[in-house]
Amino acid sequence: MSLANVWNVGTEHYLALSLLLFGIGLFGVINRRNLITILMSIELMLNAVNLNLVAFSYQRGDLLGQVFTVFTITVAAGEAAVGLGILLAMFRLRQTTRVDSAQELEG
Amino acid sequence: MRDLLWLVPLLPLLGVLANGLLVGRRASEKTVAWIACGSSGAAAVLALGVIADYLRSMSPRPFDLHLWDWMSPGALPTGGGGGGPVNLSIGFGLLLDPLSVVMLFVVTFVGFWIHLYSVGYMAGEPGFRRYFTYLNLFLVAMLVLVLGDGYASMFLGWEGVGLCSYLLIGFYFDRESAADAGRKAFIVNRIGDFALLAGLFALAGRFGTLQFAEIGSQIAASAEALRAPYVLGLSFAGFVALCLFLGATGKSAQIPLYIWLPDAMAGPTPVSALIHAATMVTAGVYLVVRSNAIFQLAPGISALVAWVGAATALVAAGFALVQTDLKKVLAYSTISQLGYMFLAAGLGAYAAAIFHLATHAFFKALLFLAAGAVIHALGGEQDLRRMGGLWTRLPRTARAFGIGALAIAGILPFAGFWSKDAILSAAAASGSSGHWILYAIGLTTAGLTAFYMFRAFALAFLGSFRGDPKSEHHLHEAPWTMALPLFVLAVGAVAAGWLGIPEALGGENRFGRFLEPVVVKFSGRAPAEHSGLSQAAEIGGMALALALAVAAILLALRIYRAGPERGAAIARRFPRLHSVLANKAWVDEIYDATIVRGTWGLSRLAAKFDAGAIDRGLVEGAGRLTVFGAWISGLFDRHVVDGLVNFSAWLLDRFSRSLRRVQTGAVSNYAFALALSAFVLVCLYAVWR
Amino acid sequence: MSFLAAHGGAILFYLFAGLALAGAVGVVTWKSPMNGALSLLVTFLAVAALFLLRHAGFVGIVQIFVYGGGIMVLFLFVIMLVNLNRLEASERVWRQTPWALLLSLLFAGVVGVVARANWAGVSTSGSAERLRTFGGEVVGNPQALAGDLFRNYLLPFEIASLFLLVAMIGAVVLGRRE
Repeated sequence: MSLANVWNVGTEHYLALSLLLFGIGLFGVINRRNLITILMSIELMLNAVNLNLVAFSYQRGDLLGQVFTVFTITVAAGEAAVGLGILLAMFRLRQTTRVDSAQELEG
Repeated sequence: MRDLLWLVPLLPLLGVLANGLLVGRRASEKTVAWIACGSSGAAAVLALGVIADYLRSMSPRPFDLHLWDWMSPGALPTGGGGGGPVNLSIGFGLLLDPLSVVMLFVVTFVGFWIHLYSVGYMAGEPGFRRYFTYLNLFLVAMLVLVLGDGYASMFLGWEGVGLCSYLLIGFYFDRESAADAGRKAFIVNRIGDFALLAGLFALAGRFGTLQFAEIGSQIAASAEALRAPYVLGLSFAGFVALCLFLGATGKSAQIPLYIWLPDAMAGPTPVSALIHAATMVTAGVYLVVRSNAIFQLAPGISALVAWVGAATALVAAGFALVQTDLKKVLAYSTISQLGYMFLAAGLGAYAAAIFHLATHAFFKALLFLAAGAVIHALGGEQDLRRMGGLWTRLPRTARAFGIGALAIAGILPFAGFWSKDAILSAAAASGSSGHWILYAIGLTTAGLTAFYMFRAFALAFLGSFRGDPKSEHHLHEAPWTMALPLFVLAVGAVAAGWLGIPEALGGENRFGRFLEPVVVKFSGRAPAEHSGLSQAAEIGGMALALALAVAAILLALRIYRAGPERGAAIARRFPRLHSVLANKAWVDEIYDATIVRGTWGLSRLAAKFDAGAIDRGLVEGAGRLTVFGAWISGLFDRHVVDGLVNFSAWLLDRFSRSLRRVQTGAVSNYAFALALSAFVLVCLYAVWR
Repeated sequence: MSFLAAHGGAILFYLFAGLALAGAVGVVTWKSPMNGALSLLVTFLAVAALFLLRHAGFVGIVQIFVYGGGIMVLFLFVIMLVNLNRLEASERVWRQTPWALLLSLLFAGVVGVVARANWAGVSTSGSAERLRTFGGEVVGNPQALAGDLFRNYLLPFEIASLFLLVAMIGAVVLGRRE
C-alpha cells in the first residue's frame, strides 16, 4: 500500500484526498470571518468524512460505511438548515454576517 | 423543766424577729412594747422555772444540753503540744451549773425590768421599735454567752453582745458623739477579742475541744504539763490566762482598754444600765471565773489580774470624784467596781467575785435607772451642777437613788456591804505577796466610792435647784413603767447580799457554798475564801470598812449639800491633782496620739502604696502591656494575615488578567482552540499507540 | 485503448479529485460568498462522482440530490436573502492565518501518519461484489443498502427522521420574522 503507486488507486489515495479536503475545510472554519463561508467550510469537512467512510466501506466490503454515510448526510442537511436559520436571525439583528460582530461575551 | 433551757435564749430571739421583721413601720408603741417585754418576761419566768428545777434536784452535776456539732475538722496537723495528734471538734450547746445559774438569773431578771423601764423612758422616741429589737437581741446574745457550754458558744455570745453594744451606744446615730462612741466601743473591744481568740486557738490546739467540761477534765489530767514553759517565757496556762484576761479587759473595761465605757454613756440610759453596768461588762469576770482552772495554774498571771483590777478600781474611783456629768460618775463607778471583781478573781476568791457581780448588777442598775429618771424628769439635763433640790420634787426617784448609793457604799445591811467585805477579806487573807497593799487599795477605793457616790447624791438631790427654769418646769415623777423596776431593783439592792452572809457573822454563806463546785480544786492549793481569817479579824475588817464608808459619806454630804462651790474650792487647792483627775490622766489623748495616729499613718502609707505601686504600677502596667500586646497582634494581623489575603488576591488578579485574554468573544478564535485541542488529542492517541 | 481501460479508473479518480480540491480551495478563497457557494457545488459534484467510483451508487446519488440540490439551494437562497454580494472587505482574522494554515497541515499530516502505521498487511483493493449483495443474491447497491438499513439499523433510521423533524421546526422558528 503506498501512495506512490499512482496507477493503482487504493484506499490510501481516497484517504489522502479526504485529509486534504478536511484540512482545507478546517482552515476555512478557523480563518474566515463570514458566517456563510464558515458554514460552507463545515459542509466541506463533512464531505471529507463521507469520502473516508465510503472508501473504507469499499475496502472492507461492508455496507456499514455507506449506512453511516447516509446518516451523516442527513445530519448535515439538518445542521445546514438550522445554521442558516441562525444566520438569518443574526443578520436581522445586526445587519451583518460577520462573525466577529458578536463579541459581547469577551472577558 | 431544765430540758427547756434552749427555749430561754430563743424567746427573746423570737421577739427580735417579730419586732424586727414582722411588725410594720406604723405599729403602735404598745405592740412593740408588748412583744419585747413579753418575750423577755417569758424568758425570765422560764429561767426561774429552770433554775428552780435545777436547785430542787440538788444535783451537783452540771446539766449539759448539747445542741449540735458546729465544726469538726478532724485531725489537726500540729500535735497537741507534747501529746499525740489532736482531733478537733467544736460544738454548740448550753450548760446549767451553779455559775451559769447565777448569771442566768441576773441577766433575765434585771434584763426584764430594764425592758419594762425602757417602755416609759423611750416613749415617744422615733426609733422605739429599733431600740427594742436591739435590746432583745442583746438579751439573746448575753444568754448565749452565759449559758454556753464551751468557749465557742460563749464567744458567739461575746461577739453578739459587742455588736448590740455598738448598735445601742450609737442608737442616736445622728449625733456625732454617739456614733463615735459606738465605734470606739467596738474597736477597743475588738483589740481585746484578738487576744481572746489567740487564747481560744491555743486551747483548741492543745485540747482538741472548747467544751468547758472536757477541757476541765483534760486540765485535771495534765496539770503539770500545762505549767511547762510554752511561749514568751510563759507556761501554756500562763499564756492562755494572759490572752483570756486581755480579752476580759476589753469587754469589762479594765486598764488598758476601759476608755470606751465613759463614752458609751452617749447611749440611752437604760442601755447603760443593762449593758454597761449589770450584764455585758461583767462578761469578762464571768470568763475569768469560768476559766479558774487555767488561772490557778498560772499564779503569775493571776497576780497580774489582781493588781490590774486593784489599780483600775483606784484610778477609776479617782476619776469619778471630779466628774460633773451624772452618768459619767456612774460609768467610772462601774469601771471601779469591776476592778474589785477582778481583784477578787485574781486572788482566787472566785465566788466573791461573782457575788459582787450579782450585787453590783442590782445596785448599779438601780442607780442608772434612777439617774435616768432624773434626766428624763429634767428633760435631758445630765450636768450635776445644774441639778439640786430634787429630793422633794422627785421623792421616789430620790429614795431609789439613795438606796443604790448606800448599797454601793457598802453600808450595812445593804447588798454591797456583804460582797465588798468578801473581797476585802479575801485580800487580807490571801497568801500572795503584797496582798496587804491590795487590801489597802481596796479599802481606800471603798472610801472613795462612798465619797463620790454621795457627792453625786448631794449635788443632785440636796440643796436648791440650780438648773434653768425650763427643766424645772418639766419636772415630773416617773411613770409606773419606770417606777416599778426601780422598786424591784431597790429590793434587790437591799436583800441580795443576804445570800452571802459569811459564817463569821452567823450566816451560812449560801452563795459561796453554792458556787463551790465551779472552782477547780488542785491538790495542795485551797482557793482563798473566807477561810484563813479568824472570826475576829473578819469582824474587825468589816467594822473598819464600815466606819470608813460612813465617814466618807458624812464628809461628802457636808461638802456638797449646798452645791458644788465648796467642792470646787477644795479642788482649787490641789490644782495639779484635780487637773490630772479631771482630764482622766489624758489617757484618751495618749492613745490617740500614739496608736490611733499610728494606725492612720500606716493606713495612709498602705493607701499610697496601693495607689502608687499597685494601681499605677501593676494595674496600669498590665493595661499598657495589654495595649502593647494588642499593637503587636495588630501588626501581625495587618501585615501577615492581611498580607496573605492581599497577596492571594493580587495573584488571582494577575492570573486572571492573563487568562482573560483567552476569552476574546470571537468565534473564530474559539474554533481555532477547538481544532487545536482535537489535534492534541490525536497526537496523544498517536503516541499512545 | 487498453491504456484507458487499464487506468481509466485512476484517471477518473485524479480528475475528480482535482476538481474537488479546486472547489474546496475556492470555497475558502473567494471573497464573494456567491462564488464560494458555486465552488462548493463543484466540490459536491466531484465527491459524488468519487462515491460512484467506489461503487457507492446510492450514496452518490443521494449526495447529488441532498447536497447539490438541497443544501446548495438553501445556501444560495440565504446568500441572496441577505444580499451578501456586496461583501465588505473581510480582512483575514488577525495573525491567525499562518497558525491556521500550519495547524491544518499538521492535522492532516499526523492523521495520515497514524493511518499509515496501522496498515501492515491490509489489502486495499477492496471488492465491489459484497456491496451489491443482499441475502446471498446480487441485487444491486441500493437494494443491498436498503436491506441492511431497514433491518439492522432501523432504530437509528427512525431517530434520524425524528432529528429531521426537529431540525425543520427549528429552522422554521429561527427563520420567522417577528
